[in-house]
Amino acid sequence: MFGLLRGLYSYRSFIGTSIRNEFVSRFSRSSLGGLWMIINPLANVLIYALILSNVLAAKLPGIENKYAYALYLMAGTLAWSLFSEIINRCLTLFIENGNLMKKMRFPRITLPFIVLGSALLNNLLLLLSVLGVFICLGQWPTWQMLWAIPLIMVVAALAVGLGLILGVLNVFVRDIGQVIPIVLQILFWFTPIVYPINIIPEDLKSLIAWNPMYPIVTAYHDVFVYNVAPDFSQIGITVLITFLLLGFGLYIFRRAAPEMVDAL
Amino acid sequence: MSLLRAKDLGKAYRTYRSEWQRIGRWLGIKSAPREEHWVLQHINFEINAGEAIGIVGQNGAGKSTLLKMLTGTLQPTTGSVEVHGRIAAILELGMGFNPELTGRQNVYHAAGLMGFTTQQIDEVMAEIEAFAEVGEYFDQAVRTYSSGMQMRVAFAVATAKRPEILIVDEALSVGDSYFQHKSFDRIREFQDQGTTLLIVSHDRSSIQALCDRVLLIEGGTVIKDGAPEEVMDFYNAIISEKENATVQVHKLADGSVQTRSGSGEATIESLALYNELDAPIEFVSVGQPLSLKIKVSVNSPIPELVVGYMIKDRLGQPIYGTNTHHLDKKMGALEAGTQLEYVFKFDANIGVGSYSIAVALHTADTHLNANYEWRDLALVFNVINADKIPFIGSAWIQPTVECVQ
Repeated sequence: MFGLLRGLYSYRSFIGTSIRNEFVSRFSRSSLGGLWMIINPLANVLIYALILSNVLAAKLPGIENKYAYALYLMAGTLAWSLFSEIINRCLTLFIENGNLMKKMRFPRITLPFIVLGSALLNNLLLLLSVLGVFICLGQWPTWQMLWAIPLIMVVAALAVGLGLILGVLNVFVRDIGQVIPIVLQILFWFTPIVYPINIIPEDLKSLIAWNPMYPIVTAYHDVFVYNVAPDFSQIGITVLITFLLLGFGLYIFRRAAPEMVDAL
Repeated sequence: MSLLRAKDLGKAYRTYRSEWQRIGRWLGIKSAPREEHWVLQHINFEINAGEAIGIVGQNGAGKSTLLKMLTGTLQPTTGSVEVHGRIAAILELGMGFNPELTGRQNVYHAAGLMGFTTQQIDEVMAEIEAFAEVGEYFDQAVRTYSSGMQMRVAFAVATAKRPEILIVDEALSVGDSYFQHKSFDRIREFQDQGTTLLIVSHDRSSIQALCDRVLLIEGGTVIKDGAPEEVMDFYNAIISEKENATVQVHKLADGSVQTRSGSGEATIESLALYNELDAPIEFVSVGQPLSLKIKVSVNSPIPELVVGYMIKDRLGQPIYGTNTHHLDKKMGALEAGTQLEYVFKFDANIGVGSYSIAVALHTADTHLNANYEWRDLALVFNVINADKIPFIGSAWIQPTVECVQ
C-alpha cells in the first residue's frame, strides 16, 4: 500500500504530462478538439429534452422553471457521464497499455490515475458548460451547488474502484469487456436520469434502491435542480460501498499485477 | 560489490482450467494450475561494474524473458533479482511515443515513464535536443518524422542519463550510419565511466568485439558462462547439434577450450599444416605457400560429404573460410570404411599473429544441415613476418606505390 503511494508520488510528473498530452492530442487536428467531449453529452440531453419533455415535464413537481426537464436531464447526465467514462476507460486500460507494461518498468497504479485525472478534467469542463446553460435557462447558481465537489469525488471513487476490478478481470477474462457496456446501458435506464423516480411502479422502486448510482444522481438533482442539500442517509450507503469497492479493487490489483504481464 | 545478482531465477507460465480459478487464487481459494510451463529455471549469475556481457541463445531459449525479469517488467516465479543502480534498456525505442505530440512533448512523456521528474527532464532537455540532431523538427508533431528521426529522439531520451546497467539489443539499428556511430560512441563512453553493458545478439563478431564475458542460454537455463570465444564456439556447436550428436569440450594444453560436436558418421582422423617442402610447420611466414591436409574416415554410409575449414584470428573472428561445396569437390554417397585425404593449398596472405583453424564435415553448403563433425581450434599456428616489409593488420595486401610531384 505504501509502495503504491510512493510509486504515485515519484511518477507525479509522468501522470501530469500524460493527462496534459491526452488533452493536447485531442485538440490537435480537429477544430473543436476537446469540445466534442462536452458536445456529446449535451447533444444527448437535447435529444431527450426534445422527445420526452412533453411526456415527462408534468411529472416534475416543485420546480418553477419551464425548462425544468432539461435541467433535470443535465444534472443526471453530469453524474452519469463521469461514472461511465471512468468505467469504460478502466475496462480496457490494462489491455491497451499491455505493450507498455511488457516493455517498460513503471508503477502500473499510475495508469488508473491518469484516467481519473483526465476524466475529472473533462467533467469539470462539462460542469462549467452545464452551469452556463443553466444561467441561459434562468437557473442561477446557488451555494447548494458547492455540494457538487464532494459528490464528484464520490462518483469518481466509486467508478475507479469498480473500474479497477473490471479492468483487471478483463485482462484474464475478455468477455467482461463485451458484457460491461451492456450492463452499463441497463444500469443507465435503471437510474432516474431520463425519467423522474415517481413514474416507477412501487414494486420496482425497491429494485432501483440497489443501484449505487441512484442516491448519487438523486443528490445531483437535489443540488442542481431543487436547490436543497442532499440526503445524507442515502449517500452514506453509497460512500460505504465506494470504500469497499476501492479497497477490494486495490487488493485485486496488487494480487493480479505480477500475473497481468504474463497474460497480456 | 556486484551490480546485479540473479539468484535461482525461474519463470513459469501457469495455465488454469478456467481463468476464474486464477482469479479465485487471489481471493484465497486454493486451486492447482492445470499446467506449469517453465520458461527459465535455476538462473544464477552476478554482474560487476564495468563488465560487458553478451547474452546469446537460440530463438525461444528464454533471452527476452530473462531480460524482462532483469528490467523488472516481469515478476519471477522463483528466486530474485537484486539490482544496485538504475537499469536502462534500449530494446524498443520509441515506446509510448504519441504521434500527435511534438518531439519535445514526447521527450517529457518518455522520460517521465523512466521515472524522471519534470525538473530533472528540464535539466537535460537541451542536451537531448542537441544529441538527437533533428533540428526544427524537435518542436513539430512526431507523425511528421521519418522513422530514423524518431529513433534519434528515442535514443537520446533513453540514454539521457548514464545508467548503471545498459541493456542493448545489438540488432537495433539507430538511424543512418552517422548516428549509429554516434550512438555506439555514447554506449562506449558510458562503459568507460563504469556502466555495465548487457548485449543481446546473434552476431558472433560483434559479441566478440564488444563483450568480455558471454552467457549462453539454452533450454531455459544458463549453460555456459565464460570468455566470448569459448562460449561462442560452444554455441556454434549447439546450433549444428543433431540427434545423437555430442558436444565435447576439451581443455587444451595452453588453457584454451576446444569444442567438438557432430553425429559421427564421418570423423576427422588427422589434420596438419605443411610447408612447400611437405614438412609440418607451426610458424608460418607471411605469404608462404601452405597445404592443409585433412584425413577423413567414413564410419557409416553417408549420402554426401563436404569438408570445410575456417581460419580464425586470436579473438575468434573469422579470417577466411570455405568448403568443398563451394570449391566444387563435394563427394557423393560414400560407403562405411572409406578413407579420404583432402589437401587445401593456399598462400598465407595474412598478417602477423596467432591463428586457429576450425574444421567441419557436413552436407550441403553449411554445417547446419547434417553435421558429422565440427572441431574448433583443431589446429593453431603463428604467422611471423620474416621477409616482407613491416605492416599491420590481419591481411597481407602488398601495394606498389607511386608518387608524382
